[in-house]
Order: sequence, then C-alpha cells, then structure tokens
Amino acid sequence: MKRITQHPLFWPVITLALLLVVSALFQPSFLALTWRDGHLYGSVIDILNRAAPLMVVSLGMTLVIAVRGLDISVGAVVAISAAVAALLVGGSFSATGEVQAVHPLWVALASALAVAAACGWWNGLLVVKAGMQPIVATLILMVAGRGIAQLLTGGQIITVYYPPFFTLGNGFFLGLPVALWVAGALWIALHLVLSRTALGLFVRSIGGNPEAARVAGVRSSAITLCVYTFCGLAAGVAGLIVSSNVKSADANNAGQLLELDAILAVTLGGTALTGGRFTLAGTVIGALIIQTLTSMIYSLGVPPEVNLVVKAVLVFTVMMLQSAEFRQLVARLARPDKSLAGNRR
Amino acid sequence: MMDSPAVVLQARDIARAFPGVQALSGAQLTLRAGEVHALMGQNGAGKSTLIKILTGVCTPDAGSIEMLGKAVTPESPIHAQELGISAVHQESHLLPNLSVAENICAGRYPRRPWTRGGGIDWRETERRAAELLAGLGINLDVTQLAGPLPAALQQLATVARAVATDARVLILDEPTSSLDADEVQALFALIRRLRDKGVAILFVTHFLDQVYEICDRMTILRNGRFVGEYACAKLDAHGLVAAMVGRELAASERVPSTQTATKGDAPPVLAARNISRRGQLKPLDLELKAGEVLGLAGLLGSGRTELARLLFALDDRDTGDIAIDGKPVELDGPADALRLGLGFCPEDRKHSGIVADMTVRENIALALQARMGLTKFLTLAEQRQIATKLVEALGIKAASIETPIGQLSGGNQQKAIIARWLATHPRVLILDEPTRGIDIAAKQELMNEILELARGGTAVLFISSEIDEVVRVSDRILVLRDRARAGELPRGATEDAVYSVIAATHHP
Repeated sequence: MKRITQHPLFWPVITLALLLVVSALFQPSFLALTWRDGHLYGSVIDILNRAAPLMVVSLGMTLVIAVRGLDISVGAVVAISAAVAALLVGGSFSATGEVQAVHPLWVALASALAVAAACGWWNGLLVVKAGMQPIVATLILMVAGRGIAQLLTGGQIITVYYPPFFTLGNGFFLGLPVALWVAGALWIALHLVLSRTALGLFVRSIGGNPEAARVAGVRSSAITLCVYTFCGLAAGVAGLIVSSNVKSADANNAGQLLELDAILAVTLGGTALTGGRFTLAGTVIGALIIQTLTSMIYSLGVPPEVNLVVKAVLVFTVMMLQSAEFRQLVARLARPDKSLAGNRR
Repeated sequence: MMDSPAVVLQARDIARAFPGVQALSGAQLTLRAGEVHALMGQNGAGKSTLIKILTGVCTPDAGSIEMLGKAVTPESPIHAQELGISAVHQESHLLPNLSVAENICAGRYPRRPWTRGGGIDWRETERRAAELLAGLGINLDVTQLAGPLPAALQQLATVARAVATDARVLILDEPTSSLDADEVQALFALIRRLRDKGVAILFVTHFLDQVYEICDRMTILRNGRFVGEYACAKLDAHGLVAAMVGRELAASERVPSTQTATKGDAPPVLAARNISRRGQLKPLDLELKAGEVLGLAGLLGSGRTELARLLFALDDRDTGDIAIDGKPVELDGPADALRLGLGFCPEDRKHSGIVADMTVRENIALALQARMGLTKFLTLAEQRQIATKLVEALGIKAASIETPIGQLSGGNQQKAIIARWLATHPRVLILDEPTRGIDIAAKQELMNEILELARGGTAVLFISSEIDEVVRVSDRILVLRDRARAGELPRGATEDAVYSVIAATHHP
C-alpha cells in the first residue's frame, strides 16, 4: 500500500479521478459513452480531444523544465504556427465550386512546423549561447511572436476553406479523435527516445546538476538547444491542431495563456520546476486535470464573469492536495495527541 | 581546570535509521565544560547523523539527550540554539551581501525604542558585534561586507556568531578543511579561548594531528556504533586509526612506488605546451607519460586547479597547444577531452561532481555514456554490471546501486565519481584533491587505486594539498607557485624538499 501511495503519479491520478467523480455527480451523463457514425461520443472523449493541444505543448515544456529551463513563448508559437498553416493552405472556391488549396497541404503543415521549430531553436540559442535567463529569453518571443503572427495574418482572422485541413482537429480515426492520436503518438515517441537512447539520462543529469554534467562530458549546450527546439516544434503541432479545429487562424487569441496552462500541467504532473526530475505520464495527467477542470466549470454553468475565480480556487485546491507539506499538516491537525516530532518522518 | 569537569551534554543510546541504512545505534556522547572533545570515525560512521540529532536537524529513533541534567529533544536548529547548542559547519554560512556585524546579529537585531522611530538600531548592532569579536580576540572590522573576506576570517566570524547566543555547547564540523596552516592556528586560538570560558566544544575533523593538538578527549564511532571514549593522552594515533577502522592499518607506511618503466622513447600521452589563461595560469609546459603519476603540489591559489581545468578544457586557454600521443589535438570542451581519453575528478564534489538526485548506477555510467554518445545506449543490465563491478572494486558503501548518490557519505560519493571515470578507461586521469574530506582508510584505498591505475598504463595527474600524499604516490612532482611553475622534483623527494620549493627557499 505504501508503495502505491509513494508512487510519484499517485496524487496526480487521485486528483484526476476525484475531478471525474465530482463531474459525474453533477452531471449523470458525464461518463456515458455512445457510438455514433463510427465514432465514440461523450464528455470524456470531448475532454481528451480538447486536452490534446495542451498535452502536446506540455510534453515539450516538460523537457525544457527538466533541463532547468522555461518557455513562456509557446502560446505565441501556437499562434505563429496556426497563422503560417492557414495562410499557406488558404483555400478558395474554384469555378466548379470545388475548394482548392493555395499550396499543397503537406507544404503548409511542414512550413508551419519548421517555423515553430525555428522559434524554439531561437529561444534555445538565447539561453545557451547568450546565457540569458530562460524566462527572459522566451519572454522576447512571447511578446514578439504574437506580433509576428498578427503581421502574417494582417491583423485579420484567416479562415481556411480547404476541408482536408480540418481532419487534424475534427476528424476521427478508429473511433477516437485524430488530435488524441497525434498527442498519444508524440507521447509514445518521446518516451521511446528518452528511454531507448541516452537522452533521458543526459536530460536528468543536466537538470540535476548542469556543471557536473558538463564536467562528465555531456554536451549540455547541444542537448539544451535540441530540447528548446523540440518545445517549439510541439507548440507548432498544437498550433496546427487548434487552427484545424476552429478552421481558422486568430493571431490574437490562438494559444492565449497556453504557456501558463502548460507550466501548470507539468507541475501538477509532478515534474520538479527546479529541474532534473520529470515525468511524461504525469504531464499528460496534468493536462487532463486542467481540461477536466475547464470542462467542469462550463458544465456546472458557472457564469463567465466568475469563471476565472472558480478556476483559480479549483487549481489552488488541487495544488494543496498535491503538496506533501500540506497533507502532513492536515494529518498532524487530525491527530493532535501525537507529538510534533512523532509526525516527522 | 577541575579534575572532572562538569558534564554539560550527555547523549545516551542514540539510534537513527535512514531508508536502507542504520546510521546510528547505541551512540554515546558526553561533553564536559571547558573541554574540546573530538568526534572521530570514518566516512559513514555516523558522525554527521549524530550532529544532526544534537542540532535538531533530525530526530533520534531512540535514546535520550540531557543538557545540564535536564532531558531535552532539539526539534530544530533554532530550538537547539535556544537550548544552548550551536553548530558551525564545514563551509562558512555568512550571507555575503551583508556586513560582518549584520551577519553576527542576524535574527536578533537590537531595536530602537519607538520614541526614536523604532526599527533596527544599526549603530548598536555594530557595537555589539565589535564587542563580541574583541572579547574573542578577533581583529576584524565589523562594517566590512562578509562576502569578500578570506575563508578563514569568515570561519572565525561564523564561530563568533555561533557563540553569540551564549552557547554552552559548540559543535565544529570539519571547520578546518578549507583553511591553511596559519588560518588553522588562528581558529585554534579562538577555540582555546572559548574552551577557557567553559564552553564544551565538539570538534569533528579528518586531520589526526589536529585532534592531538587541540582535543582533550575523543569519542570514536564505527559503522554507526559507539566504539569508546578515550582521553587523547591515552590513545596514540595508531590506536585511534585501528579503533576507527576496526583493524590494524599501516596508514603511515610508504606506499610502494610504481615500478612501471615509462617506455623511453614513446611520446608522452599528454603534452601541453605554453598553455596559459589570463589571471589564472602563466604559460606552462607539461608532459605526462603512460603509467606515470605526476604529482602537482602548491599552496591554495598557486594555480593547481586552474591548470587541471585548462587541461580538461573546462576553461578556454588563451595560449598553448595540447598534443595526445605526440599529435596536436582539438581540445575545446570537456566533451572533446572525454573523447580523447581524458578524465577529470573535480575538487568540488557537490557542485561539479555528483548529480545528487540520480542513482549511484547512473552517476557511474554518466561519463561512459557521454563518451558513447546519444544513440549507443548502455542497457540497464550493462549499467548495472559496470556499476556493481566498480562499487565492489572501490569498496563503495551504498544501500544499493539504485540509491540516490546524494544519500551516500562524502567519501563514498568521491569514490563513485572516481568510478565514473574508471568506467571510461581513461588514458589520462586528472584527480583534483580526490582525498579531501575522506577518512584515512578510504584515503589509503584511494592511493592504492591510483597506483593500480598507473600500473595499468593510465597517466595520472594527482593534485593534493597534503604534501605527504603527493610525495607518496608521485613519480615526479611538479610544484606551482603564484600561478607558474616553481620547480620539479623526482620520485623519492622528501616532503621538506617540496616545501622548500613551494616556499622558494631553493631553486632546482
């Protein structure tokens, strides 16, 4: 039993389960799944689908945080990626009424991802070569990136008319949303790379003690640069999902505040913000917790003006639940007869 | 002094377990007023744990502590201070951005009466600090910032701060490990003054001569158990080491020198020509042959570590070329050095050696994996095999190879870092103060290990502040002074010869 409660994923899983139970209590149909038109439907599927972009961004963020970094530009990169893809696909009605893409779909997707990866690479350069504090380095792109996205879209919302582009954010494959498959594939691929190569060991050594890693001959700069580049790439993927889902690119709002949700998801999952210790599975659960929270607030019918306050209270509660110190304090208060020393480990 | 001075602190049957280790069981300690008491034991003997218990950092599983006959349980370092138990640790813990006076009075600043506006009375702060230091015979301007002060003065100020709270018991945990001989004497003068004021002092060190110089009694621990309490006059160094190790050990004997003939004409494994770095090392040549131990001696700040860091390319050099096997090489970073077959055990284990959260196995595998690159991944089984072999070979004490390395004692951490480099089968191994902070038996094992390595053909650059160690293992000794070469001595040179080169009384 103790081994289960001490597992690093124990509290994240409990938190998620609690949220699901509460949701189910308020909304009896919450856990219901139905099969329609060859797809699964239900609130849970909806949450998984909507959580996909956050999951993808958070996976990238997990690695950045694991090497003692931070990337607060991911929201802006989502907007850039969405803008590039939407511009390149575009779509216009031909004389026959058929929709034509401006550029082939793969060109648009690849360009968006390349631009996003370049954004991540730029962040990495500032951190590794210029020696900037990660939060400052990525703050630059956080502000400038949204500007770039607005420049690209000319300040307009760019609507896409080319249907194949919508698959990513709206399609289903084997009954499940395509976006979920993308997020899952990214998770598995990342897990394999980290566990089947030495990357996981190197990332943990850099996060645990950067100087020791360097002395041991680990190419810390190169690996850190790769990690930031990957984080940008992941934000690019999320940008594609988001823009495909809403069939347009909105430079002002796409990925707005997503960086904060991603950091929160990583933290909720149990990755240490101080670097070194990270968990991909935890991050995925963290992203699901956040999306479940958001969905819960909507389904409870909370008025929009108190929405953020309710979310803050819920996040606060969740964080307290996950704090070992807080749980100890509660345990101590619950057993006032025992001495202070006795409750310490 | 009285014949049997009053007992101030008595700890009985203290036990404490950590996951996987019984750190202490049945430990006894008696501290008396006006006495300096040594706490002796090898790495992992339980000294740190006992100190943590006395200072309230952790609580005992069993046992009792009495302070002046009253049972107490220190619950936090502050609580321990209120009980009259103060501690000074290895590294000084002054806040560098505050003045000496502010540091000394930190946490109990004198306040101005509200009639004068309230707030902290800085003039009174300085007056009190100056009075305290003067009373202890420390000559120091209290208005100076603490940060730029030399380590020794910081250490003295730390001790002063510790006794400012009317401490009855003062614990000094390896206070001399980063001090040179003169600085140690200054600290000892302070310790004697405090002793004469009736403070009971617990002194922890690895330096046996210091124990006999300043201590009255000693308590010896071994593997977490109490071995005994002795009067220093009654137990000589030999007996002390035997009690610490649990067997007779020829610690003072000369280690047999390596006899490997350095193949006459073969080019040196490592040759550095004219290497220098501004402000750190003046241009210097150095050659290392296969199977040779080159000792590097010199005072703190003479450029020893700086030279090692240049050779391993941790710092960029301003001038100079480096050749391996007679061929010039690109050497622009530690990753290059590793690829070329160099290894480097840094001086500062915590800061640049261990990755505390990672397991012993991962820490040992790290450099080898870095050398093999990202894609040729050592499987878990291979890592385990390598780690197990080295843990056994070096006698590393750990609950398992899956224990986080941060939980090991200092000496075992040091051995694990050496194991990390042994795993890469280096052609050149640079050891910067590998014996610092580890006990005498471990030192001996380490020196044997170094000689064994050299016998296997590795070229070793051995850096140490302990001249006797340098003399014992080295085939040649390079002496540095003021960041430049001061001279070179052949095998068999005496400690005195090394000292005279260091002191520049004679030029070879």
